[in-house]
Amino acid sequence: MKRLIAALAFVVAASLGLPAAAVEPDEVLADAALEQRARDLSHEIRCVVCQNESIDSSNAELAKEMRILVRERLVAGDSDQQVLDYLVARYGDFVLLRPPVKPGTYVLWFGPAVITVLGILGVFFFLRRQRRPASAVQPLSAEEEARLARLLDSADASDAGAPAHAQPGQSQKDTAERS
Amino acid sequence: MIQRLLLLLPLLLFFVVAGYFLWGLSPDRDPQALPSAMVDKPTPSFDLPPVPGLEQPGFASADLGKGEVVMVNFFASWCVPCRAEHPYLTDLAARTGVPLYGINHRDKPEAAVAWLEELGNPYSRIGADSGRGAVEWGVSGVPETFILDGEGRIRYHHRGPILGQLIEDEVEPMLRALRQ
Repeated sequence: MKRLIAALAFVVAASLGLPAAAVEPDEVLADAALEQRARDLSHEIRCVVCQNESIDSSNAELAKEMRILVRERLVAGDSDQQVLDYLVARYGDFVLLRPPVKPGTYVLWFGPAVITVLGILGVFFFLRRQRRPASAVQPLSAEEEARLARLLDSADASDAGAPAHAQPGQSQKDTAERS
Repeated sequence: MIQRLLLLLPLLLFFVVAGYFLWGLSPDRDPQALPSAMVDKPTPSFDLPPVPGLEQPGFASADLGKGEVVMVNFFASWCVPCRAEHPYLTDLAARTGVPLYGINHRDKPEAAVAWLEELGNPYSRIGADSGRGAVEWGVSGVPETFILDGEGRIRYHHRGPILGQLIEDEVEPMLRALRQ
């Protein structure tokens, strides 16, 4: 048991651990605040060589070049948005790991929510329709009770065969359908 | 009536999903393909020094867009697809007469010189790029090739080697259209 807990703890710790940064010591800026901004920005920028890694965690030469470029622009006084715009102008929205919200990406951003709402509505109407026939079953009227009694009597009077017993059920169904 | 139509809904959903699968699994689609953001942009700003050991001068933004259609090709001696496209590029430049500008990307100068000596040099000018040039041009790897019109606007951008059918289907028609 202890071993199992230890193993689980390891798995959890490993999955929580962030990927190691690829930033090399000679790239780090002296200004800690700027360096933090550069690190935060780098997490948002895709390495266009490896395609599923940020430039902060990629070892590719191009990612290194981009990390240095981000820092240069920050030192030159660019805002975070200006740095991103600079890269988007050259590589398109693809360079952003978080796709921007704009008409072209509405389906991406809002599609899941719309589908969820449609699904909930679908389930709601389905359940409502299922419940209605149950409450719609009417008790037999006095006339129907009398007819049922008559039929049962006549069935008892004749031979008590299986087909005869089936009849009351059949007629009841007929009645229900008619009502 | 509405109920009957609802019965068709699963079939409709099936066709929508099947359509996506057909598109997603199509052998013509490259999921790694990176759309270019550079087409229709003006010449990027850059100034590349010559490759040490080569007689040819380097070049800068100001050298492009002087009324002449040009091709700009990123290459490196360490890049295998560059070797594959080299004879096609050489042939294309010789046949069409369109000046071919080379950008030698992250290369050792001696290696680049030896590579050009071995395979031949189809470039009218070659700039040495330590990495920043590639970012300015929105390049993600080598080889990549651009076609610029006479005003220096980028009209065509291809990631990967220029060879085979691509030349007939895309490159030559583009060159012809721009030179008219």
